[in-house]
Amino acid sequence: METKLLELPEKEYLLPGNRTCAGCGLSIAFRYILKALDGEAIFVVPASCLTVLGGMYPVSSVAAPWLNVSFPSTAASANGVVAGLKALGKTGTTVVAFAGDGGTVDIGIQALSGAAERNVDMLYICYDNEAYMNTGTQRSSATPLGAKTATTPVLGKQQHAKDMIGIMEAHNVGYIATATSSFPADLYDKIRKAKARTGMRYIHITTPCSPGWVFPARDTVKMGRIAVDNAMIVLLEIEDGALRLTGRSRRMAQRGEPKPIEGYVRAQQRFKGIGPEHLDVVQQWVTDRWHSYVKRDTALGG
Amino acid sequence: MGTRDCGHESAMSKPSAGEAGHTGDWRTQRPVVDDARCAAAKTEGAACFRCWLYCPEAVIPREAPITIDLDYCKGCGICAEECPTDAITMESEASADDGGTEED
Repeated sequence: METKLLELPEKEYLLPGNRTCAGCGLSIAFRYILKALDGEAIFVVPASCLTVLGGMYPVSSVAAPWLNVSFPSTAASANGVVAGLKALGKTGTTVVAFAGDGGTVDIGIQALSGAAERNVDMLYICYDNEAYMNTGTQRSSATPLGAKTATTPVLGKQQHAKDMIGIMEAHNVGYIATATSSFPADLYDKIRKAKARTGMRYIHITTPCSPGWVFPARDTVKMGRIAVDNAMIVLLEIEDGALRLTGRSRRMAQRGEPKPIEGYVRAQQRFKGIGPEHLDVVQQWVTDRWHSYVKRDTALGG
Repeated sequence: MGTRDCGHESAMSKPSAGEAGHTGDWRTQRPVVDDARCAAAKTEGAACFRCWLYCPEAVIPREAPITIDLDYCKGCGICAEECPTDAITMESEASADDGGTEED
């Protein structure tokens, strides 16, 4: 059952006047992550835009316990917090390892792989803004093919984004989900579901980034919605191996096919100058991935 | 450094609004709400609240009529963009009623 807009909690744990850019997708997502966890969580955060959001000593912008850790150690550090809570006999607190796409798919992947293999009782959240945004938009292995970044300035990135959902599935993680800041209720429900489970849980949240993707700040929510409409983002959850599309992606699958990605690509300056050879390749990749997900959702009759 | 309840010294931050100062200073445009068009105001808080839902700064409480904390609102314009009844418009800070500019 999907939570309705007016059923979402009013209490805010993210405090205004923090350091995020105007129109930040991560800020929207984080508000609902905090609401869903209801303050009963310890966040373990490596270098990222999220650290910037958290703020500088002696002030924090987040009314929840928080540890800043080194870039590659997120999941390992969170494992330490899990062990510490266990030794103290404390239950009911969710340990949340929370890193960006660079901190997850590039730098933090070995610690994450280790923690997933040990099935450590933590919720790992990757917020994916598709490049190293905090340091000025360098490409990461989550950057989509064709996107221009500070380190792929002329031709754009030449490789597809890494399939992080597939990587986590290969670790037999019990609960895996995708979400985006543009659908807060869908995100809220997935965090609630993950909170209720034990063992390793992984949630991948795409957060549109106005300065990095180069679109007006007012369009952050719209950009995530367009991305779902053309299946650049597919909202899904995988519970003990069973894949299920959720929210708008589910309704789309029941109606027909996603829209072409061209509208999404044209709305962002990072794809400026992308040639038809790249556009077709990305479109084919997106379409193939969409069909493979729809086929696996047995309730959709795939 | 602060002292914790257990007596140990600790470099622990305390939560507070305005960690980056009055971020309302960043704005070049401010959101202005027209209560006559606002669905939340017209239903006395029984409907809508898209602006509250999507505000990245959490500066819009879920209360009708809609108020926006301009001390911290960064002026991104998401509320105006997402408002289904176009009740929120973005107006230039330079031409705001108080005659203020972003340099003030």
